[in-house]
Amino acid sequence: MQSRNIEISVGAFILLGIVAISFLVIQISGLSFEDARRDTYKLSAQFNTVAGLTPRAKVMVAGVSIGRVTAIHIDPISVRAVVDMAIDKKADYLTTDSIASIKTAGVLGEQYVSIAVGGSEDILKEGDTIKDTQSAMILEDLIGKFVTNFSDKK
Amino acid sequence: MLTYLQQLGRTGLDVAAGFGRAGILLAQALWGPPDWRYGPGLLLRQLHFVGVYSLVIIVVSGVLIGMVLALQGYTVLVRFGAESALGQMVSLTLLRELGPVVAALLFAGRAGSALTAEIGLMKATEQLAAMEMIGVDPLRRVARPRLWAGILAMPILAQVFNMVAILGAVAVGVSWLDVDAGSFWSNMQASVQLREDVLNGVIKAFAFGVVVTWIAVFEGFDADPTPEGISTATTRTVVYSSLAVLAMDFLLTAIMFGVD
Amino acid sequence: MAMPQNLVETRDLSFSRGQRLILDSLDIHIPRGKITAILGPSGCGKTTLLRLISSQLRADRGTILFDGTDITRLHRKELFALRERMGMLFQSGALFTDLSVYENVAFPLRLHTDLPESMIRDLVLMKLHAVGLRGARDLMPAELSGGMARRAALARAIILDPELIMYDEPFVGQDPIFAGVLRDLIRRINRAMGCTCIIVSHDIAETLSISDYIYVLTEGRIIGQGTPDSVRNSKDARVSQFLQGLPDGPVPFHYPAPEYHHDLQMEKV
Repeated sequence: MQSRNIEISVGAFILLGIVAISFLVIQISGLSFEDARRDTYKLSAQFNTVAGLTPRAKVMVAGVSIGRVTAIHIDPISVRAVVDMAIDKKADYLTTDSIASIKTAGVLGEQYVSIAVGGSEDILKEGDTIKDTQSAMILEDLIGKFVTNFSDKK
Repeated sequence: MLTYLQQLGRTGLDVAAGFGRAGILLAQALWGPPDWRYGPGLLLRQLHFVGVYSLVIIVVSGVLIGMVLALQGYTVLVRFGAESALGQMVSLTLLRELGPVVAALLFAGRAGSALTAEIGLMKATEQLAAMEMIGVDPLRRVARPRLWAGILAMPILAQVFNMVAILGAVAVGVSWLDVDAGSFWSNMQASVQLREDVLNGVIKAFAFGVVVTWIAVFEGFDADPTPEGISTATTRTVVYSSLAVLAMDFLLTAIMFGVD
Repeated sequence: MAMPQNLVETRDLSFSRGQRLILDSLDIHIPRGKITAILGPSGCGKTTLLRLISSQLRADRGTILFDGTDITRLHRKELFALRERMGMLFQSGALFTDLSVYENVAFPLRLHTDLPESMIRDLVLMKLHAVGLRGARDLMPAELSGGMARRAALARAIILDPELIMYDEPFVGQDPIFAGVLRDLIRRINRAMGCTCIIVSHDIAETLSISDYIYVLTEGRIIGQGTPDSVRNSKDARVSQFLQGLPDGPVPFHYPAPEYHHDLQMEKV
């Protein structure tokens, strides 16, 4: 009987371990099973600069997450940054004239891709590219502009 | 002067000999095919002893540490209006460092010391010698299941610790301090990387499990078979394994998250 | 093949721990089927001698023959095989605390034989019956008194019917009844199983009453040997001093060093 109790408690212990690791994997690191089922489609967008955007950053429409950045690389011809995104299949309302911009959540927050949906009838499909983009604001550039404007006026 | 030099030399030799004995113990205990004559019962019993018994302290400390982290993190982050990053801060701190390290320290205090005392007592009451006489290698029957139990239990305990600590942080951060639940979780999920953070934490916990159990079992076998000997050995287990865990944590962090 | 008359023989056996010489060139013969006692004050190396004979310790010098084989040269595997022919009763009993009395006694059987469970049960109960603990089979070692623990350990030591049984201080810390019971058991087991016994002890009365041959050991040397009667009538001052310690009770034997120095000074005068 005693050994049975030990077996039960060790079994519960191991189960708890499995629960904990799955909790960490799914809930904390955000590896949802939806990702695994691959019900996403691929979009890309070209930016002049992506300063600070990283893979796995969120893609948002009106502040709601609809996908993730999968890869960032340089287009060798235009020498602009190409951001590949995996978008939820359910988000089938992105029009061809949508505008993608890189924004920051709060002053110190992380960067994400924000998509503003346009009024066109045509919908973006797998592999399409968002043409209209706004690059990331770079704080140093802004300050630089401000300083030069200021001194010009003088 | 020469006496000091001699003392230094002797200490050095003793330390080297200790490492040697510990290495031989580990090799002899884990070497060779599993011996099913003893059945899986021994390993189960040790998992129970080492793992299940440590669960209470791990869960209680985990919840408390998670709550404290959330509280402290909140007071700092709220000044920058960045309290939505609370989940990210708490989870990264826990997964990368605090979870494995604190769980390992608690494990050394709870299970490691108990292992040392138990084996030391078996030595003092001549149970180890009796095993030798009956024809059982104590390294196989006593050391091996305990080593495996510790090595297996430690990663589980560390992940349980992480889980309850994050839940504790949720309790304080979201339920009490009114951080938005959505941004808490989504910030956390966006910043935590499966391989980099979760997996590395598991690897750390595994490494700590090996070291703590190894030290505990070795100190037990190496103890003087007297009451004083056992109590010094128990103290040594806690001190050495805590130091080893912290030193190894630095090394592993440097390797895992270090400058590229 | 002619069996050597002595089951165990040591030749020029020496052992030291650090700087301290514990056993100094011992020649001891343990005749087959007899009860041989090694008497001596605490700390004279008696227990070390047993550990050497069972090869738990390695000798620095000299040889130990067990049934004609030099066991100081055996490998670990051969040693384990050899130890199946030996049983040892440890001073503290050394029952495995995580197993019941029954499982403790059955332990060597399960390890070394493939006997069916029913046969193991019968053998274990026979041995437990022999030591009077058949009814205590389901108790855990922590629930036993010191005397019962030692008897249970004795049952475990004889479960494989060994040729050699070593008793390490069997009478120490026992009340008179248990000491008598144990003495009786040792003799009965010796007669019934025809096994060779070595008793290491400093309880003179108990030991002399059951031994066939006696060695008296002090500071790692043999200072006297012979049958109980010849040892009892020994002219050697150290031997008679040791034996005459008896009326003082066991206490002087637990603190042997001052007494021994005292003894040496008396010799010089």
